[in-house]
This record gives sequence, structure tokens and C-alpha cells, in this order.
Amino acid sequence: MGEPFAERDYLYWLCQIPPLGAVTIQALLDRYQTSEAVYHIEGSRLAEERLISRKAAECFDRMKPLLGKTAAELAGLPLRGIRFVTILDQEYPERLKHIYGKPVGLYVKGRVPDDSRPSAAIIGARAASDYGIQIARMLGASLSRAGVQIISGMALGADGAGHEGALMEEGDTYAVLGSGVDVCYPRTHLNMYLEIPVRGGLISEFPLGSGALKAHFPMRNRLISGLSDVIIVVEAREKSGSLITAELALEQGREVMAVPGMVTSELSRGCNQLIRQGAGIVTSPDDILEYFQIKQEKMLRLPKKNENALAKKEKIVYSCLDLQPRFIDQVVEESGLPLGECMTILLELELKGYVMQPTGHYYVKKI
Amino acid sequence: MFSNVCGIGLLGVEGCLVHVEADVQDGLPGFVMVGALAPEVREAQDRVRTALKNSGFRFPPKKVTVNLSPADVHKSGTGFDLPIAAAVLGAHGALDWEKLSDAVLIGELGLDGVVKPVRGVLPMVAEAQRRGKHVCYLPIENVREGRVIPGMRIVGIGHVRELIGMMSGPAGTGAERAGTRKEPSSGPPRVPRDCYDVDYQDVQGQGLVKRAAEVAAAGRHNLLLIGPAGAGKTMIAERIPTIMPSCTMEEMLEISKIYSICGLLPGEQPFMTRRPFRSPHHSATAQALIGGGRNPVPGEMSLASGGVLFLDELPEFSRNVIELLRQPLESHKIVLSRVSGRYEFPADFMLVAAANPCPCGHFPDRNRCRCSEEQIRRYLGKISKPILDRIDICTEVAPVEFGDLRGRKKAESSETIRGRVEQVRKIQRERFAGRGIRFNSQMTGEDIRIFCRLDRAEEDFFQEVYQRKGLSARAYAKILKVARTIADLDGAAQIGHAHLCEAIGYRSLEEKYWRPPGYISIQKQALAEVARRG
Repeated sequence: MGEPFAERDYLYWLCQIPPLGAVTIQALLDRYQTSEAVYHIEGSRLAEERLISRKAAECFDRMKPLLGKTAAELAGLPLRGIRFVTILDQEYPERLKHIYGKPVGLYVKGRVPDDSRPSAAIIGARAASDYGIQIARMLGASLSRAGVQIISGMALGADGAGHEGALMEEGDTYAVLGSGVDVCYPRTHLNMYLEIPVRGGLISEFPLGSGALKAHFPMRNRLISGLSDVIIVVEAREKSGSLITAELALEQGREVMAVPGMVTSELSRGCNQLIRQGAGIVTSPDDILEYFQIKQEKMLRLPKKNENALAKKEKIVYSCLDLQPRFIDQVVEESGLPLGECMTILLELELKGYVMQPTGHYYVKKI
Repeated sequence: MFSNVCGIGLLGVEGCLVHVEADVQDGLPGFVMVGALAPEVREAQDRVRTALKNSGFRFPPKKVTVNLSPADVHKSGTGFDLPIAAAVLGAHGALDWEKLSDAVLIGELGLDGVVKPVRGVLPMVAEAQRRGKHVCYLPIENVREGRVIPGMRIVGIGHVRELIGMMSGPAGTGAERAGTRKEPSSGPPRVPRDCYDVDYQDVQGQGLVKRAAEVAAAGRHNLLLIGPAGAGKTMIAERIPTIMPSCTMEEMLEISKIYSICGLLPGEQPFMTRRPFRSPHHSATAQALIGGGRNPVPGEMSLASGGVLFLDELPEFSRNVIELLRQPLESHKIVLSRVSGRYEFPADFMLVAAANPCPCGHFPDRNRCRCSEEQIRRYLGKISKPILDRIDICTEVAPVEFGDLRGRKKAESSETIRGRVEQVRKIQRERFAGRGIRFNSQMTGEDIRIFCRLDRAEEDFFQEVYQRKGLSARAYAKILKVARTIADLDGAAQIGHAHLCEAIGYRSLEEKYWRPPGYISIQKQALAEVARRG
């Protein structure tokens, strides 16, 4: 010991103590002003003051000798491309400063969202339908093109599709992770994990190396909503994580908007419920831009494919399709064309970018 | 005194003529049997002794030696009881064994002397005929089965006493005296061919899958069906034998032999006139599939030979069992080596497999399926890659809708489809004459270059699809082979645009499920960016 430690070192150390959550750390700082002061207090005293539990106090005391190690880790972060952004820093997102349970420190790969530009969260079910995926991707792309920062959780399904849309437009997008910022979860999104920090940033409040624990995700959700001005729910079941995020967003005073779906669809039940409760309705990217009062020279409607370029039979087959996957037998039935011809036309439509196959022999319209 | 009669054992699927010699001499009373005997053959001495005693034959207290020759061939099965009894009786002078020099005896004995049926009579009688024998004494229950082989005189024996009666009279009259039971072989019974209990007529809707099954049967491509429970995967699969070409006489005989050895021939009509359909449960062991045991008996793969081996719930099969399919799928036979010898079983089957699209079975219906892409990938990833490589056609089966079930129009019958399949098989026979292969699915690199040539426009089109869909080289070859079969079904000499498009639709699982669309470009960009930034 004896080395001079800065306040940042103490704060970083404080963030490494597993049982201490954002609210507890905030309470400690409120009581003792600086984290250095907190460091020098006995764990048992903190427990007596009912600031932390007995168990946490034990852990607190046990962590004290590790200050040198955590300080060294903090010093080594830039080499790993990670920054520790604390509430004391200029860079700390303004939007987060006002939410309940704001984290005192964020681990960031890349940047944090720009305070001066609008930001929107695109969230939804992990097992989203092709409709949800396509809408999320489209919204991500068009909002990004209009200069909106896209925030999401890099999860499978709708979340990932939102990021993907933004990345396709080379826009900036920010992912709030439920694991340490150095952990890629889910692993199938490795490509996104690599690209997001280049365009925008990966953000996490969990210490480096933390796994994606179940308990992390509700905490992460409050950051997603906290970092955004608008929360767009693309597809959500009843009692889903997306609805929890929407609720948190309302508590934080954010605007919640939902993409409507068919009333028969389980996956849209959550969205329809939100709309019934008064959430904004998203029928095109314009609805969101209107909220931000961003003027577009060209109205952003739901893009529609130009069917005029298609041959007659292609039109017939195309008109048999929908945004819900349809099996080829249904297409054959409705179009009245023989199976082989349908397969030929569908393949050509696919190559022309009009339809896609979510899985073999099922087809959906591409938007 | 000495005697020598003939019995027949089984080695794998082939019969093996065995000389049963017996000798009676003075000495310590006893009964000795030699000649590489399995336990059930060795036990025959007690059965034979008791059966003969209870049939009224008095055993003199002498030393009896029985030898089964060739002595180095392992003998198993219970069919040796009857020849041993005959040899012992012959050695005691109770019957004239020389009358049996032209005959083969097969049968198991009960303690009361009743002759009981045995398994594998068909290949045994076939072997007897091959070895120049003219008469077969069989258990009565096996007589029908024995008669399948043409040119053999089959005599049914119900009790060992009958045998003694037949053989003890003056020469040349033995067999005739049992005239009630003696009938010349009529050859295979006249039965209508291609008479199946099921027909594609019964399947409403499902146009795609039926078409895929037709293409698969025509080019002998292996087939994978993916669809939710209750979509009709099994229904489609069990009808595939009905559209395969009719069995030739040789094929029927081969199939029947295997069934005979396994004791699976139906009693009233002991001849397989249909192509087999075998559907082992997914808990099947390696032995159940390839056959096994110390004296190997055929497994499901051999039982399916000439027909269809259907593996329902393919991802649930244990991996090491599935891997065993690899070699038979290439060589169409199974070779098992044991201490007692090398056994070869046929395994010339068409593989049809079925799988659910995801653990819950409802993908891509997202209203019901909550499986993550990762779960789906992991589930289907359980299917062994080398096996997938040997499956050319993969198709989805969608749940049948009510409208389809009502059946507005009559579906095509199996017979009509079979006609087209046979036509295509004929084309293939002519095409591959002298090349050592029989089906489009067996084509290798060189054959594909010769027979699956595309014209300029198609070549370019295929190139584009290849790149856009990120196909593998293996998928490329498979698509061409399937396109060849589709063109054959169409009667076209050249693979056309429509044939190619359809074949691309049937391409195998890997490209479809393994890589979600749209991600590829992003990944490439991201990696490039990372590389640029160091």
C-alpha cells in the first residue's frame, strides 16, 4: 500500500464488490460523499448503519486488500479497448443521471450515446416472428438513416434485428449488455458484438467477466429505457421482459410506442395491450420521427415493393404471400400454378429480393 | 455302425451344408457330440435321446459319437435335431440312412418326438438346392416356406416316428409312403405383386412432400422430412415402398431370405412380395440396426434391404448408432467379422429420415414456438453431418389444414407414380450401363460432369444462386444430381431451368438452418473493419 490512489480507483473498487448494487453504492456515496471515505470505513459499521447487509459487509472487508489489484485492472482497461465511465465524468450520459438506481460506473466499449441527439430503443421478443424481425430491422434502418441513435440489448430476435438495421445503414447503435462488456452474449451475435463498438458502443454496468445471469436482465432493461427517449416495442408476449422494460420506461418518463400486430398473434398481445393502455402506435418510421420533430424531405412510409417490375405469373405468386410464413403447398393451391413452376418463380423472386425463406419451403414477403 | 445324413446350418444369410455322422460302438454307454457346436446344438443330444425314447425307440447301452462336419465351421441353431436323430437311428440300424443320401433334414425336436419349426428355412432350402439335393424333410409348419424354392421335393415331418416309418421300408418307397404330405415344390406362390396395404391415394394435400418422395424414389436419393408432429411424415414415408419399382423375383427371394432368418415371414404366405419398410425406434442399439450377436443375425438395415429404412426423430437417435449408417449407405452391405468367420448381410436400402424442426416442433410458427435460433440450431445440429452429406433431398412437411383433409380432389395413386419412377429407373440403367453404378444418387465428380451438364444461361444462374445463398461445394453436387433426376422425370435430356430451381428447393438442411439470412454481409464487414483498425 502507500501508493496514492485516485477517487476513480476507489470508485472502481467499489463497483467490483458483487453484493453491492447501484442503489446501495449510491446510498453509500450520499452518506460519505466520496468512495475513498467509504473505503476507509469498517464494513461492520456500514452494516450497523443498515446501509449494507451483514453478508455484504463481510465481502466488503474481504475486498479491501484487493484495492491495488483493481486499480491495476482499471489502469489496464484502455489496452483492452474498454473505458470506465463514472458518474463524475463529463461523458456520463445525461439521460441516465436522472433515473432511479443509476449506475455509478459504466463499462464502455466504443462510445456512449450522444446526449444532444435523439435516441430510440427497439426491443421485443427473442423468439420473434419473421414479421417482428423484419419490422425491427426496417425501423432500425430508417431511424438510423434519419439520425436517431438505436439502443437495444443485443439479444436474439427483435433486439438484434434493430441493431442489424442500424448497422446496415452504417448508423450508430448502442447495446446494453446483461453480461460484462468483455463477454459476448449471445454468442451467435459475435459479429454484432464486433461491429457495434466500431459504430456506436457496448455498455454494461456489470464488472468485467460477469456472465449473462438471469438477474442481470431486468437491471439492464432499466438502462435501455434510461438511455432512450422513445421505447419501441416490436413484438412482446404478455408478461414478457419487453413489457417490464416498457413499464420501467414509463416510470422514467420515457415515451413508449408499440408496433401493433394481429389480435390472434400471441406475440403481439403485449404490444396490443400497451396500445390499449395508451402507448403510441407505430405504423411507420414517420410516427417516431414525428415525435422527435425530425423533418424528412421524403415521408418515411412503410416501404412497399414495386410490383410493376414483375411478370404476370410472378405477380400471381407474390400476391399469395404475406408477412407470415406460408408453406409452398398453400401457394400452389392459391395460385393454381403447378408445383415446379411455383418453385421456379419463388426462387427468382427470392433472388430479386421480393421474398425470403425463413426456413425451407416457407416463404414471406420482404419489406 | 456308422451313418451319415445331411443337415443345414446358417452362416449369416447363407445356408451351409453340414454332414451329420453318427457311430455306435461298444464301450462305456454315452453320447458324445463334436464339431464346433454352439450350446443349443450341443443340447440336441438330450432332446434327441429323450425324443427317440418317447417315440418307442429303445436306446441300447452303447457309446454313440456324433460328428457334424465340416468340423471347423461354427454350427448354431436348432435345426440340427432332426438330422442328428436320423443319423443316430441310422447308426443303430433303425432306419436306412442311405435312402437319405439325396435329402436334407431340418427340424427341432420336442421331448415327445414332435418336430418343431425353425427359422431360416428359405436360405437353407436354397442352399440344399444349390448343392444338388432333391428332397427336403422339413417341419410341417415350414413346408410352405420351403416350397418357395422351385425344383425341390419338400416332405413335411410332424413326428420323428413318421421319419422312421418312411425310411424303414423297402428302398425307393419311403418318401412315397408318406404321400399325404409329399408334394413337389411349386416355386414361389402366385401372389399379386405390388399389393400394399397403403397407397398415396390416401394422402390428401401434401403436394410438395409427395413430389419430393417421387423424386427421391426415382433417383434413389435419400430423403429427410422436417415437420411438426402430426404433419404426416410417417404417413408419407411408409408409402414410399409403394412407388418404388416392382420387385424382381431375385429381389423377392433375397428379401424373403433375410426375413426367414429373423423368423419374420408371415406363416400363411411365407414370401415377401413387397418392398420392406422398417421403422426402428430411436432407442435402437447399434446391434439392432446393423445386426449382431456371436452368431450374427441381420439387423434393421438388412431387413430394410430392397426397401426403405425410416428413421423417425433422427436427432433423437444416439450418435454412434447413426454413424454406423455411413458405410452401408456407401457399400450397400454390412460385413461383420467374428471369431467364427466373416458374415455379409445386404443393406441396400433407401434412407428416409424425419425430424422435428425444433425441440417443440412448431417452428416457424412463432405463435406456438418459442425456441431460440440457438436451440433450433443445437437441436438439428445433433444430426450427424456425415449422414446429412448422404441425404440429397430435404423437404419441409407442413401441418395439414382442414380443407386438405376433406379432400376436394382425388390424389394420385401409387401405381401412377410408380409408373413414372420405373421409367426413370430405366433411363438410369441405360445411362450408367458399364459404369458400375445404378442410380443418379451414386454419381461422383466425373459422372456429374458428364451427365449433369448445364448450358450457359443455367450455369450463370446457378452461379448467382450459389453465391447469394452461400452454398457449399457439396450442396452444389447434390443439387445437380437431384436436378438430373427431376429432368429424367420430365423426360428431358438436358437439365433445364425449372429442374434446377426445383432441385435448389430441395437442398439439404445445412444451408437453411445453420445460417440466418442477412448476417453474413455484416459479419464480413465487421471483420474487415476490425482488421483495418488493427
